[in-house]
This record gives sequence, structure tokens and C-alpha cells, in this order.
Amino acid sequence: MLKELVNPTHFNVLMGKLGDVLVKALDQPLGYAINWGRIWSLWPVHLETACCSVEFGAASGPRYDVERFGIIEAFGSLRQCDLIVVQGTVTRKMAPRLRMVYDQMPEPKYVIAMGACAITGGLYIDSYNVLPGVDGIVPVDVYVPGCPPRPETLIQGCMLLQEKIKRSRIK
Amino acid sequence: MVVLAKSLEDRIDESQKLGLQVIKESEDDRLMTLNVGPQHPGSGHFRFTVKVDGDYIVYADPDPGYVHRGEEKMCEYRNFIQNIPHLERPVIHDSTNITYSYSLAVEELVGIQVPRRGQFIRAIASELNRQVYTLYWLAIYGIFLGHSTMFMWPTGDRELFIDLLEALTGARVTHAFNIPGGVRNDIPNGFKDRCLRQIAYFEKRLKEYEDIFYNNPLLRQRTEGVGILTKEDAIKLGVTGSVLRASGIPYDIRKAEPYDIYNEIDFKVQYMKTGDSFARSYVPFLDMRESCHIMRQLLDKMPESGEVRSKLQPNPKGAPGEAYRRVESGRGALGYYIISDGTPKAYRVKISVGSFRNMLALPYLLVGAKLGDMPSIYWSLNYWPVEADR
Amino acid sequence: MNQSTENRSNSNFQSSSLAKSKTDTQAKNEPESSFEKKLVSEITSKFGDNVKVSYIRPLRMKIIVNQEYIVEIATFIRDSLGFDHAESVAGTDYPKDNKIEVIYHLGSYSRDDLAGHILALATHTSRDDARLPTLMNVFKSVEYHERETFEMLGVYFEGHNRNERFLLPEDWADIPPLRKEFRIKGR
Repeated sequence: MLKELVNPTHFNVLMGKLGDVLVKALDQPLGYAINWGRIWSLWPVHLETACCSVEFGAASGPRYDVERFGIIEAFGSLRQCDLIVVQGTVTRKMAPRLRMVYDQMPEPKYVIAMGACAITGGLYIDSYNVLPGVDGIVPVDVYVPGCPPRPETLIQGCMLLQEKIKRSRIK
Repeated sequence: MVVLAKSLEDRIDESQKLGLQVIKESEDDRLMTLNVGPQHPGSGHFRFTVKVDGDYIVYADPDPGYVHRGEEKMCEYRNFIQNIPHLERPVIHDSTNITYSYSLAVEELVGIQVPRRGQFIRAIASELNRQVYTLYWLAIYGIFLGHSTMFMWPTGDRELFIDLLEALTGARVTHAFNIPGGVRNDIPNGFKDRCLRQIAYFEKRLKEYEDIFYNNPLLRQRTEGVGILTKEDAIKLGVTGSVLRASGIPYDIRKAEPYDIYNEIDFKVQYMKTGDSFARSYVPFLDMRESCHIMRQLLDKMPESGEVRSKLQPNPKGAPGEAYRRVESGRGALGYYIISDGTPKAYRVKISVGSFRNMLALPYLLVGAKLGDMPSIYWSLNYWPVEADR
Repeated sequence: MNQSTENRSNSNFQSSSLAKSKTDTQAKNEPESSFEKKLVSEITSKFGDNVKVSYIRPLRMKIIVNQEYIVEIATFIRDSLGFDHAESVAGTDYPKDNKIEVIYHLGSYSRDDLAGHILALATHTSRDDARLPTLMNVFKSVEYHERETFEMLGVYFEGHNRNERFLLPEDWADIPPLRKEFRIKGR
């Protein structure tokens, strides 16, 4: 028994189970607090898929400054991130990479589809190399329309996402 | 281990000598292959693989195409006017310049000329957009080198230029302002004064940029003498724009082949001779300063009234034939090669972009450089991946 | 183009009529392209019938050469005329004539009087077996352009070290997209 516990795989499984039990126990009294913590520190992955990244960059600038809403401009590993902002067109070459990035992120994770191209394919709907929207490969939480969306629209999308997190049960 | 600033052949020999081309796995143990991008704080929508020997890069291979959207094929299915909105998406923050050369080429095919006031407004919008592009580029260069102030300042000042463009065209970044035959609308009231105020403010700011960024000893250490592109190599690789001018060749399309009213404007082509990362990052800055100078003249010489566009027939037909026109964009020469077969749709559109041409210099500059110099070399090439992929 | 712009602005151009502008440019083009004619005649005098002149306009020249002589002629253009780099390589598909045209736009950085000039060097190959000799050893700058042309039109460049996938996805299994029989879905 002890030997099996020392085995790293079993140990990880046990800890995971313990975590689940803990989350269930904490859901009622502390769920609100945990969600509150999550909504003010959303770390987006630095994955640019197309031209909307220019407006994403402008949104982190001094005039719009998304950081005051808790969207932190991340320049780190995707394993510490919990948000993908799909910034525009997803081509057939980028699509497997986008999914790979999504799979590698830890739970809980959220996706914002930014721009008309990420929602439906937009202007490039009839191009031979463009996906008609990203919701076929990743589950999208919030759609931000525009071509490109103004930074204000992106901020509004982020706030909608925060609203959504606030109301959801913790996992 | 590797000495920089050699000729191209030497570098290729050197990289072959270091054992890059066809080595078996077992002999390749010493080299480590690193994958940069597309999910990477630096590379953006672009991936390249580098092989490193210790700290030195011995091989680099770019792999673009993550934003390849088939613009050239789409052009064959739309008429000349419908092409404008999707053609400006590759360089969303330099959208006036990328539609500028398209309009020039279509005008040559359709046989239409732009009224004088329209030419001035085009040039003003083009120069404003050059500032917007270069400021964004500079902001990202600041991030690449870990200089956060240099992200915040240009992004903030860029918004002021965007305000001007928004007043002029109605959109923040995607203007669709240049159309064959002129520009879409006239300038708003009080635009000239606003522009002049903004230029005066910005010229003051440029001095501060120089103090905090270009005279920063840390930046100088990281960029000076790094990734030297000699004059001969620059010609051989056919690079363009600021990369070319940093290597000591004063070549600017606005001087070499003045389009619209640029032959009436008095300006100097800014260039440097060292050809290192610092020169490549400093030349766009000098261009911004020169651009302010150009804009003052444009505002001064602009006719007070007149038409801004020549009326086209609906669904204009191009004369059978071809046209190749270029403008100087933020990244260098930007040319459109359009073949028309007498129908309202183009038979073939080829976009010759500066980024795609500058990409060729990337493997040659990275070979022999340290891994830590990679960001400063990569972004100093004035490379915008979306444009290169088209 | 350059000169016509100058004249246009001097004559205080206000109204625009299609016919007028056409006659304007035609009238002005004739005497001004003498320098371009001289350049092209240097090539034609050396290579004779192997070079076909397509057009000579101010700042723009186009010659069509046979693919067997293209390396030779390109070397001559580089060494004797001073065109030292390629700006773009564009392939065009002509299914009616069963040919693909590949056109190199050559420019010059080293000669000041050629700064605005573009020499278009065109050659043809058949659609069924599209093969051309590479110009990589003459103009280093065509390396990626030719690779793109290979991918987009299926023209194999003999002697090019990497005729392989560049911009399209790795699993691309269709015909090259810029061929005319490749149709966009729904259009």
C-alpha cells in the first residue's frame, strides 16, 4: 500500500482526487471568493493568429489599458495562462497549433474569439486557407465582433467573460 | 567562435563548415534545435527553427505561412473596387500605403488621373500612416528588448495619430481610404491645424525617445555591432526599406520613382552606414522625423479647394495589359503587379511586399549570432509576418 | 510615369476625362523612353532573336526570353546592365495557351540612374511539365520568391536547393492554388 502511494503516478492521482474533494467541500462557502480571484487575474496566452493583434496591442497601451480590468498582458509560459484571445483569422496552418496551445493550458480556461474572422471567417470566408470560425476547434466563451474590434469592444468582451466566470460554479 | 560582418559566401561556407546541411543524428548531438513560435512572446505569427551550438546560432530556417490567406487568389474573384478592403488587412496598421500602390496600378490600367488636391490628401494620409506603423513597430521593439517604457510611450503617441486618421477617414486602422481615382472623402474642418499641433508635439517627443531609448547604454550594448548586414550582402539579398538604408544605400521609392506629388516635396533620404541592429532600428526613427518635415510641406502646399477624386464608372474595366507600381511603405518598397484582360476583374494580382523580401536576410544574420541577440536582429528587420504571408 | 506626373501637376489638373488622360500619357511616353530603349537594345543586340521585347514604357521594360537562355541573359543583365536584385517573381497561369509565364521584376540599387527602373524578365513553360532553370545563382534574392512560385503554381525550378512547402499548410493535398483550374468553393 505504501509502496503504491510512493509511486509518482498513483500519488498524482490521489492528490487529484483529494483536490476534487476539497473543491467540492469549498464550493459552497468559498466558491465566490475563488471566482473573484480568477476574474481579476486573467492571463491571456500570447498567441497571435492574425492582424487583430495590433488592436490587442493597442488595448494594452496607456490609453485603453486592459490591465485595470484584470486582463494582464502575459509574456510567459502558456502553462500559467487561463485565457486565449483568438486574435483574428485562423488559417489551416495555424489551426492545429491553436488547438495544441489550448490542450496544453491548465483548467480552467476560457476563449475569446476576437474579430469577424475568428467568429465566421469574416472577409476571408471564401479563401482556400481560412477556417470559417474557430468554434469548430476550441469552445468559445465570448465573441467580440468587429473587423478589427476597437479596443473598447475588446474590453467589453473581457468584462462579459468576467461576468460569466462570476456566475459559473468552480471546477 | 564566429566573426560577424563577413561576406555572404563566407557565411554560407562557415555554416556549412560548422556542419549544418546533412548531418546524421548521431553526429548532430552537439547541436540543439530550438523551435521559436508561433506561440512565443516574440515571434508573433511566425515560426523559425534555430540550431544552436552552445550560445551560438549555427543554422536558422524560417517557416512562414501561418497567416497565409490567399489574397492573390481572392483578387481574381473580385472587381477592382471590391479588392480594396481585403487588400489592406495584411498590414492593418499601414493600410493607407498598401492600398496606395494598388490604386496607382489600377489607375494606370483604367487610365484615370487623380486631381491635385486628392494627391495631396493621399500623401498626407500615407505619411500619417507611416508614423502609426513605425510607432507600433518601435513599441514592439521595446518589448523585445525588455524596455517597457518604449512600449508605453509609442503606443500612447500612436493613438494621437490614429485620432487624426479617424477624423480623416472614419476608421481607426482599416481606412479603405485610397481608391482608384483619388481618396474617398475630403479633409474635415480644422484638420490642418490639428495636424500641425500634433506634429509640433510629436517632434518634441521624438527628442525624448532618443534620450530614453536610443541613447540608452543598455540598448546600445544589445544592438550595436549585432547582426551586421554589409552593403554588398544587402544588394545581393535584395532587402528593402529601412534594412537597406541602414546598410548604407540611400534608396527610397519616394526619391527613386516619385509618385503623385512627391517630386515637389523637398526631403532627404535618411540612411546609416553601419548596417547593424542599431542602425536598422534607428533609420525608421529618422524616417519618422523626416516624415514630420514632409507633412508640414504637404499641408503648406495643399490647394485650398478642388476635387479629391475623379469619378470612375461603376465596375471599371482595365485595359488589357499589365502594370507594376510601387510605393515606399513603412517596411520598404511595396509593389503591385496587376495583369488585366479587359474585364472588371484582374486576371492576376501579385503583391510584392517588403517583409517577404527582408525575411531572406533573417537566416544569414542569425547564423553566427548569439541566441540572446535573436530578438534584436529579428525585429530590427522591420518584418511583419501577416504581410509576408499575404 | 514620373514625368507624366510632373506635367500633370504643372498643368493644374482639375477635371478628368478618360480619353484626354490616355492621349496625354501616350503623347508623352514616346520621346521620353529613349534611355529604356537603349538599355533593351543592348540586350537585343547581344542575344538577337532569343529576346522578344514586349513593351518599353518610361521606367518599365519587359522582355520575353526562351527558358534555355534565361540564365545566360540574366547573367548579362546583372553584369553589364547593373540590375542587381529581383523585387518579385510572379507566375501567371494561361490555360488557353497551355503555358505558365514566370516573370522576374529586376531592379537596381547600385546604379543611380536605374533607381526607378524595373526590367521585367519573362519566360514561359508548359503547364503539363512545368520546369524552369533557377536564377538563384544569378540573383540570390529570388530564393524565397521561386520557392513560393513552386508552391503556388507548381513550377519546378531545376537547381533550386529547396523546392518544397513554404506558405501553405504541411498537409496541403490539393493542386497548386494559383492555377486557374483551382476554384474557390462557392464562387
